Amino acid sequence: MAQVTMTVNGKAASGEVEGRTLLSSFLRDELKLTGTHVGCDTSQCGACVVHVDGVAVKSCTMLAAEADGADVATIEGQANADGSLNVIQQAFQDHHGLQCGFCTPGMVMSAAALLKDNPKPSESDVREYLEGNICRCTGYHNIVKAIMAASGQDVGAIAAE
Amino acid sequence: MYNFEFAKPSSVADAVAALGDEDAQALGGGQTLIPTLKQRLASPTKLVSLKGISEMQGVCTGDDGALCIGGATSHATVAAEAGAYPALASTAAHIGDPAVRNRGTIGGSLANNDPSACYPAAALGSGATIVTNSREIAADDYFQGMFTTALDEGEIITEVRFPVPEAANYQKFVQPASRFALVGVFVAKYADGVRVAITGASNDGVFRWAEAEAALSANFSANAIDGLSLSGDDMINDLHGTGAYRAHLCAVMTKRAVAAAS
Repeated sequence: MAQVTMTVNGKAASGEVEGRTLLSSFLRDELKLTGTHVGCDTSQCGACVVHVDGVAVKSCTMLAAEADGADVATIEGQANADGSLNVIQQAFQDHHGLQCGFCTPGMVMSAAALLKDNPKPSESDVREYLEGNICRCTGYHNIVKAIMAASGQDVGAIAAE
Repeated sequence: MYNFEFAKPSSVADAVAALGDEDAQALGGGQTLIPTLKQRLASPTKLVSLKGISEMQGVCTGDDGALCIGGATSHATVAAEAGAYPALASTAAHIGDPAVRNRGTIGGSLANNDPSACYPAAALGSGATIVTNSREIAADDYFQGMFTTALDEGEIITEVRFPVPEAANYQKFVQPASRFALVGVFVAKYADGVRVAITGASNDGVFRWAEAEAALSANFSANAIDGLSLSGDDMINDLHGTGAYRAHLCAVMTKRAVAAAS
C-alpha cells in the first residue's frame, strides 16, 4: 500500500492505494465520489471520464498511483458555487440530454473538456469528440443538442435524424 | 487484476534500473496494458511508469530536420505539436478517442506493436528511427511480427525520429467498435522513393508493400497501382472481415492515401 495525495474538485484528498487500484476505484470507494460511473471497465464506454490536470481521461484505465499529485475534477465539482447546475448540466436538463442517466457524468465531463478547447464546436465536432462516450439509451441526438446549446449556439436548426 | 508494485521514476536511468527486477514491466499511458492486466493476460510484479520522465516528453525538430518525439509523449500532444509533419499529426489525432489520446503514448504503442495499431504504420511508412536507452533501431529492423519487436527485456523507447517527407497521408478504414484500423495505409513520398506501410491486415503485423512502393516511386498517382493486388491468404481473418476483404482494402486505402497526399 502506498499513500497518494491529490486535489479533487479543489480540495486536498489522500488515501492508501495498492499498485493496482484504479483511479475510478479510488474516487468511488475511497473518496465516496460515486458520480463517476464505471460502465464497461474496458475504456470503451466513457462513463468514467474525469479530468486529470485539465484533460479528459478514462479513470477506469488509469492507476490511482499515477494521479498522485494531480489536479482531478469529477462530476461532483461541476455545479456552480451556489449549488445550481452549471451551463452544461443545465443544457442537458433543458434539452433532455439524458434518459437513464448512467452515461451522463462522462458525457458532461467530456463536453466540458471539448468546450474548454473548442468553445464553438460544430455538430460534427461534438459527435466526433464523443466517440469514446457510449449512451446505451442511444440518446445521442439530444446530448449533441445540449452541448451545442451549452456553447451558446442556436440548436433550433438541429433536426432529428 | 493481480496486484503489483508501482514505481514512477523521473529519469531514464532510474527507469532502466527499476526494470531490472524480474517480471517488472514498463507502463506508458496504459491504454492497452491496463485492460490487458484486467483480463489477467499479464502479471508483472512491478509496473514502472514512464510518464514522470521529463526527458521523454514532447516534440522537437532535430539538426537533420527530422521530427523527434519523446517516447512518453501522448497522442494528443503529437496531434497538437507535430505540425511540421501534418500526416503524422493527423494520424495521432485519429487514434482511439479523445480521452485515450490524452493518456496513450507513442512509445507504448510502438513497444506493444498491436497488428492493428496506427503508429506502427506511421513509423514504418516514414522509415523512422526508434531510439532506446541503449541504441538506435531502424523501423525496417524494429517490427518483427504481431506484438513482436526488436526491443530487449527492459529496453525503453526514449524517442522516435521521423524524417519529414515531401508528401504523406494515412488512411484508416476504422473497425467501428474498437476504432482500431481494420486496414490502415501510411504512404510517404521522400526524395529517394515512396514508402507504403500497412497495418491491420497481416497476421505478421505491419508490413511494407514493395510492389506499390516501386510503382508509386515511378509515378506518384493513385492509378499507378492499378492492377496491383495483395494475397489475402496470410491476412487477418475475423468476424470484422475476411483476409480477402482486407487484401482488397489495402489497395483501396493505398489509392486514397496517394490521392490525398498528392
